[in-house]
Amino acid sequence: MVQKLDYLRESPSQTAGPYVHIGCTPNFTGIDLYGGDLGAVMKTGPVQGKEIVIRGIVFDGTGTPLRDAMIEIWQPDAAGLFASANETRGAADPNFTGWGRSPSDMTTGEFSFDTVKPGAVPWPDGRMQAPHITAWIVARGINIGLHTRIYFEDEAEANAADPILSRIEHQNRIQTLLAKREGDGVYRFDIHLQGPTETIFFDI
Amino acid sequence: MSPAKTTPPSGGFIPRDRDWQPDALTPGYKTSIKRSPQAALLSFPSSLSEETSPVFGHGLLGALDSDLIHNYAQPGESAIGPRIIVYGRVLDEMGRGVPGALLEFWQANAGGRYRHKKESYLAALDPNFGGCGRTITAEDGSYEFRTIQPGPYPWPNGMNDWRPAHIHFSVFGHGFAQRLITQMYFEGDPHIPLCPIVGILKSQDAVDALTAVLDMHRTVPMDSRAYKFDIVLRGRRQTYFENREDGM
Repeated sequence: MVQKLDYLRESPSQTAGPYVHIGCTPNFTGIDLYGGDLGAVMKTGPVQGKEIVIRGIVFDGTGTPLRDAMIEIWQPDAAGLFASANETRGAADPNFTGWGRSPSDMTTGEFSFDTVKPGAVPWPDGRMQAPHITAWIVARGINIGLHTRIYFEDEAEANAADPILSRIEHQNRIQTLLAKREGDGVYRFDIHLQGPTETIFFDI
Repeated sequence: MSPAKTTPPSGGFIPRDRDWQPDALTPGYKTSIKRSPQAALLSFPSSLSEETSPVFGHGLLGALDSDLIHNYAQPGESAIGPRIIVYGRVLDEMGRGVPGALLEFWQANAGGRYRHKKESYLAALDPNFGGCGRTITAEDGSYEFRTIQPGPYPWPNGMNDWRPAHIHFSVFGHGFAQRLITQMYFEGDPHIPLCPIVGILKSQDAVDALTAVLDMHRTVPMDSRAYKFDIVLRGRRQTYFENREDGM
């Protein structure tokens, strides 16, 4: 018998269920604990860069909005630096957390983030990636959290050179990763779990 | 969010084992049918966007955040139900403890009822039980919290489906790629093999990995029983990177 590798296995995922908001955004559900919900505020003071709002709805395969989802985003500041212990390239904007968490509205299903336009971050080989935000979606019926990325439709040049976007086989699906400009500093990013406009989800 | 005391290991994440993790489409759990992506996931190596994550300092926590028996109770009151301690460690795939991991948990009360306006089960609410708590792991990845054992409850799927008693966990490690939500079950619960949500798991090993074990050594006599529940997050490669002079 050969030696054993002795690695552990990642804990299996289970659905967040219909009441993920009790655990992750309790104030949103009327359970007044913690002095506010984590991730509700991404800006703790005056921030550098362009302030933006990103709104959207998660739709199921019938086109019905999910009203029990939770969406989290993670992004660098306007200079492309993360407010993370793993950030070794410099100090991020001290007034920007980079992390947001939004419940989908219990009636409309809309989520929203009050954030800043992210700066560019390098790919492991040194090429610059197009400005983007990492997003993670959980809900009842989703067995394992879904990772995707929010790019911006008004960054056409950077998007064309992006190491991930440029290698996607189905170029007609890239639209599903682009936040659409609705007004000055306001973007819409709808997420489709299924169907002809199914969002591209990542295995990272 | 204050800086962590220790710098977590850097390096690319080991790919998620999709043969071990549940599939998106699991028809026995009906809601997954219209909520499961149908196209293939796009695979690519992790980059800074996934290898970084926010840092949650211990200063975030209130004194009762990890005590669900009291964190929603009126002064002098406590939640109704079997008193338990849930403890364990958060580890990565290499077996290293993960310090500073944020754990958030939520659950039904002892009668199987959640405190939520869309919850319709006829079991009674407990006025002294909110059903959520949180903690942050210590330097060795250990954690514990106090709560009451939740009850099983019926849910709309098949005509007579019941969830085993369970506690939901949300886990935040040191990279956004590690983000995980799962559920903890209790050793010996006869509902475990009957549940369609447990049924999405691909092996008995996977079910066992989510089943907490009774630990009489950690039980507090005349007070609370203890259940041990370890959680494993994705690990990072230990390659020596030229841009990190201190290696691992």
